[in-house]
Amino acid sequence: MIKVIKYVWLDILQNRIVLAYTVFLLVVSATLFGMETNPSKGLMSLLNIVLMVVPLISLIFTTIHFYNSYEFIELLLAQPINRSKLLLSEFAGVASSLVTAFLVGVGGPVLYYAPGATGAALLAAGVALTLVFVALAFLASVCTRDKAKGIGLALLIWFYFGLLYDGLVLTILFTFSDYPLEKAMLVLTTLNPVDLARIFIMLQMDVSALMGFTGALYQEFFGSALGSLYALGVMGVWIVVPIWAAVRVFCKKDL
Amino acid sequence: MKLCWLLLLPLLSSAKTIVVGPTESIRTVQQALSLAADYDTILVRRGLYRERNLLVDKPLVIRGENFPIIDGQMKGELFTVHASHVTIQGFDLRNVGMTSTIDWAAVKVLDARHVRVIGNKIRNAYFGVYFSASDHCLVRQNDIKGNPHEEQTTGNGVHAWKCDSIRVENNRISGHRDGIYFEFVTHSTVQRNISFGNIRYGLHFMFSHENSYFYNTFQHNGAGVAVMYTRKVIMRHNIFEDNWGSAAYGMLLKDISDSKIEDNIFRRNTIGIHMEGTSRIVSQRNLFIDNGWGMRIQASCNDNTFTRNTFQSNTFDVATNGQTVLNTFDRNYWDKYEGYDLNHDGTGDVPFHPVSLYSMIIEQMPYGVVLLHSFIVTLLDRAEKVIPSLTPEALVDAKPLMKPR
Repeated sequence: MIKVIKYVWLDILQNRIVLAYTVFLLVVSATLFGMETNPSKGLMSLLNIVLMVVPLISLIFTTIHFYNSYEFIELLLAQPINRSKLLLSEFAGVASSLVTAFLVGVGGPVLYYAPGATGAALLAAGVALTLVFVALAFLASVCTRDKAKGIGLALLIWFYFGLLYDGLVLTILFTFSDYPLEKAMLVLTTLNPVDLARIFIMLQMDVSALMGFTGALYQEFFGSALGSLYALGVMGVWIVVPIWAAVRVFCKKDL
Repeated sequence: MKLCWLLLLPLLSSAKTIVVGPTESIRTVQQALSLAADYDTILVRRGLYRERNLLVDKPLVIRGENFPIIDGQMKGELFTVHASHVTIQGFDLRNVGMTSTIDWAAVKVLDARHVRVIGNKIRNAYFGVYFSASDHCLVRQNDIKGNPHEEQTTGNGVHAWKCDSIRVENNRISGHRDGIYFEFVTHSTVQRNISFGNIRYGLHFMFSHENSYFYNTFQHNGAGVAVMYTRKVIMRHNIFEDNWGSAAYGMLLKDISDSKIEDNIFRRNTIGIHMEGTSRIVSQRNLFIDNGWGMRIQASCNDNTFTRNTFQSNTFDVATNGQTVLNTFDRNYWDKYEGYDLNHDGTGDVPFHPVSLYSMIIEQMPYGVVLLHSFIVTLLDRAEKVIPSLTPEALVDAKPLMKPR
């Protein structure tokens, strides 16, 4: 397994996209912090990068990488290697390289310009989102043999979690505004990893606003040990379930 | 002035000092009070005095040496001052009891003039210092610390009712219902006090006209500071910090008019200033930083002016609940402003609308706060900035500053 991961790493290093991604994140973060005199405003702008760009790159890169190394995977499967082990090593290789890229690209500037709880929350959320979306991308790519379809599916996933879902929640909010929606909103947000990450960061960033009105509910819930465990658990589920499903599909698949 | 001194001199010379102490011939404050003549001084030596209901009914100076303890044993009031020109200084006053019928206090002043309460430690009192129908009194350098229970069973730190020209200076007040409470108090000054950790308001006044508040700090109070039904108030250089909660405000203004709020700092409050039915207020050079809402201005406010304030890192700078805007915003600094300054006059060339679409939505649907900062909300806010439809068009800063002051 370690050996396969090593090959994946070598392959990723060779095509330099992850390197470009690292540099991109580094430049964007450094510029955002450099432009603003107030580091908390820089963090605010970075929030959008973490919530939108990180999932997108994770999905697209993983899908493309999977299809490009299809022949390599086929070759390895000719060897006596367990299918699930192979896919998990692929996952580990891609995820670890993307996480490293994120930690270097965003983590460096954050630690330099805005060290603290908010920065840490941002980094943790970014790492979790990378893992979740790499897992989802693997699921998307094992589902179809066609590269274009696979990328299309990945984009759809991104579009759904990044934009559509919040739109739906907003619609629900408008439609049922006469009802007490506090608990329902709490559940709805945890059904989307992007929202969960956002709230996790918000609890550090906008704590004053969250203390008002119903926001206090979130503070109370996610601030408690049970709430943190729950959030961690949900994030874990978002990582484990897609990759588990991907492994299942991959094992039964006619290559 | 010199003539006054000469007139007062015989008074001073005739006054004597009565010493009270565990080893003196007079062992209780009560005894000394009954022995004392007008304008005498009672000097109380260090020790523990289990006394209460000490009625001061003549002009006296009562001074403690090394903080003698007067312990009410939770059974009643300590000093009740019913005469003018009384000074109570340097005591450790503790354990005033609580009843629901009488407001027992560590020091209660009734219908008196020129009473001074200076440099006392007040612990575990129902009310700390209580004035009723008095004027020209001074409360200075007291350290008042309560033991908060519920709102109904905890009194106020400094309480004044129907008074005039009171000065409250350099006190530390915590653990009471309201730190400082004024009702029907006029021409008074509250300055350099620290009021923190009170279960309701750090400062609370109603119907108290023409008072001034300078250099005070209000922190971590249950609901911040609330001021109501008052006109001609001046508030300068105060700090309002860390007032968090669903009904907590840095400052709540309700039916206030003709007042000035200047050079104050509002930091990390759920709502910096909440305004309701206020008019003709000038708010300038205030700093709003890290608040949930910088200001909430209800549509019932009119003719208020907001100039040269600085808004930084607030989740929402300004929120309102209607389309009507009868207030003026001018030359404030907004960190969310994205305009430019081509002619370099220090003010932006494009007007700034501080109310965001999403703050209007949250005003109606508080649960919406969950979607804050999500991409769709950012998108909606952008769209609204280009073509305003829901946010009040008239709430605009025509000349936003480019740099914070």
